[in-house]
Amino acid sequence: MMGFQIVVLWSDVLIWLLVAAGLGVGVLIAKNPPLLAAWRRVGANRVGMASATVLLGFILIGLLDSLHYRAQLESKPGQKAAYAVEVLSVLDALASPLRSRNEKTYSEPFATRLYAKETIDVPGQGTVRDYPRLKHGGKHLGEREDDVVEDAGFTAFKAGVLAFVGWLGVFGAVATVNRKKSPKLKLREAAFAWDAVLLTLLLMALTLVPLFWLAGQYHVFGTDKVGQDVLYQILKSVRTGLIIGLVTTLVMLPMAVLLGIVAGYFRGWVDDVIQYIYTVLNSIPGVLLIAAAVLMMQVVIDTHPEWFSTAAERADLRLLALCFILGITSWTGLCRLLRGETLKLRELEYIQAAQAFGVSSWRIIVRHILPNLMHIVIIALVMDFSGLVLAEAVLSYVGIGVDPTMTSFGTMINNARMELGREPVVWWSLVAAFSAMFILVLAANLFADAVRDAFDPRAA
Amino acid sequence: MLAYIVRRLLYALPILIGVNLVTFALFFVVNTPDDMARMQLGVKRVTPEAIEKWKVERGYDKPLLLNAEAGGLASVTNTIFFEKSARMFVGDFGRAEDGRDIAREIGGRMLPSLAIALPTFILGLFVTITFALTLAFFRATAFDFWGVVLCVAAMSISGLFYIIGGQYLISKVWRLVPISGFGAGLEAWRFLILPVVIGVVSGIGSSTRWYRTIFLEEVSKDYVRTARAKGLPETLVFFRHILRNAMIPILTGVVVVIPMLFMGSLLTESFFGIPGLGSYTIDAINAQDFSVVRSMVFIGSVLYIVGLILTDISYTLVDPRIRFE
Repeated sequence: MMGFQIVVLWSDVLIWLLVAAGLGVGVLIAKNPPLLAAWRRVGANRVGMASATVLLGFILIGLLDSLHYRAQLESKPGQKAAYAVEVLSVLDALASPLRSRNEKTYSEPFATRLYAKETIDVPGQGTVRDYPRLKHGGKHLGEREDDVVEDAGFTAFKAGVLAFVGWLGVFGAVATVNRKKSPKLKLREAAFAWDAVLLTLLLMALTLVPLFWLAGQYHVFGTDKVGQDVLYQILKSVRTGLIIGLVTTLVMLPMAVLLGIVAGYFRGWVDDVIQYIYTVLNSIPGVLLIAAAVLMMQVVIDTHPEWFSTAAERADLRLLALCFILGITSWTGLCRLLRGETLKLRELEYIQAAQAFGVSSWRIIVRHILPNLMHIVIIALVMDFSGLVLAEAVLSYVGIGVDPTMTSFGTMINNARMELGREPVVWWSLVAAFSAMFILVLAANLFADAVRDAFDPRAA
Repeated sequence: MLAYIVRRLLYALPILIGVNLVTFALFFVVNTPDDMARMQLGVKRVTPEAIEKWKVERGYDKPLLLNAEAGGLASVTNTIFFEKSARMFVGDFGRAEDGRDIAREIGGRMLPSLAIALPTFILGLFVTITFALTLAFFRATAFDFWGVVLCVAAMSISGLFYIIGGQYLISKVWRLVPISGFGAGLEAWRFLILPVVIGVVSGIGSSTRWYRTIFLEEVSKDYVRTARAKGLPETLVFFRHILRNAMIPILTGVVVVIPMLFMGSLLTESFFGIPGLGSYTIDAINAQDFSVVRSMVFIGSVLYIVGLILTDISYTLVDPRIRFE
């Protein structure tokens, strides 16, 4: 048994904090009937629940990738244990075949040979110029190289059948529980959209299980310039996308909520000052403000190399700084919305009554105003997510995104962009990155719509 | 009206000063000129003399806010804040790292930016409003449903995909137009057509959805029912009543971006090699040319504020109920 040393990156702390906060909010919601009713409406929404299932899959990958450690190096007995410089995550350990089986350079999905010709030594024939065999992709085929389609098809079929059997088990369990709870209702009549969740699970099982099964033998999405498996890079990008989408809102939320409510509630000079601040920040075009701030952050990071002990730490801190900058530039919209709503709320009778009773301002804000703004906050949270994931890709292209050493959809696209000019075209990295991003953002958009429909009083 | 505009312009002044202070703080207080010099000259093995020389060449050797050595008015004017930030108010942006005058560079690059942004803007507006109006006209039908599905899918696709995919398919595979570049005069259309089309297509998803919501909100209002009750055909109801009333919320989002068209689009311009302000900004970011980025931030803010004022003025033109005291 190899030892390991747990490494806690700052972004890990924040992401697990978010999970804890999510659970805490869940408990609060369960105690608040109107919010609970709204979430029930989300739960009844078929599209919303199907997309939530997909999102949960992404979040699971992200969470597995947020438990970091450093493996112990082999050492002689009696020596002090040494640990590898490389920081790995649980996901890396689970996907270690994907991570370690590197080829020399590009190879197509399901290829058994490299993309480029090389001079190879063939025993007995001297040197030949040919496409060399891959070290790992399709290695098990041996001499039967042409049977890729047959072999992969058969493996996929096997895995698909297994996945289906597994899914039937889940289906049976859900159906049984549902029958016990409400004997008269069929599954598709249940208050929670179980049918959509199960159907999504089936689709996910039928695509993902064969995909990962095959990934053990082939490079299902091909390999990139340095021979790294593209599927592995996609898995690693998920965490970066999630952090950008979630931590950014976490950063801006307290500021937007506090300033928005304070401006709307106290009015007068407080309102003037806060309005001035957000108008100024709002006047600077977002990309330029982000560019300016990121440039300055780069200067700080580059002039203080002594702050970071590993490259992973530096990339991590840069990611968080990016979230912070995105948060600073994007809180103004929510702040203005909350201010407007508070202005309306404070004129209502129940607030006036509370004021007449001599309840302190802060208590009124926390007890009477904040709960009535929750729906705006929740809608803003889910609506922002997809935009931020998309923004990451653009920012990385402009050169003001995440650290170039950090895998993200943006850096993947940026690296693969130039390969379209090659002949034959290297398309797989680009297509894989765009597709994965599309699925994540589409699921987030659909889920956001379901949440908005359920929470927005105007839509009802 | 004139008095209102003048007052709005005066209101804009404190905001611009705020923007100026934010950029000043970002560029000179968060990082001292010494840090920037070290960054530009390479972090390791840089002598204090080299840093000093770099600072003197760019005028960064002065005190930040107050020059105690110089007497009188010069104690305020002979500072980095006055030289680098305050002068931007009169259009003096200083020089870029390559020694060129930024103000002149910006003047020359506005036209190419506009040549891309203006057609994209007008065509995009026309296409999305038409599409949204059609969807609202066929509301609650299968056509509307699949239209919305298409919009949600379209807005989930990264903007980079439209550009990279379009460039690859149309320029490389089909060889219809040049892949990138820019020409002078009428020859430019061959270079402009692809970025404009891609710009329009990539904007369809989110804008159509947004306009459709606006139209649907109008559809359920009382005056629409009245119009129908008095026997107006549905097409007339849509074009004469709904479209006109929906213009007010649409204007909020649209007029504000018009001045920003001068800034160009960062992505499109740099992908298509168009010598506009967008690619100028990206190049400056990549070259870490702080003075150019600072100038663009300032200009962007000025244009945004102009857009806000234009929005308010356009309200009076479309909605006679709004009057300014």
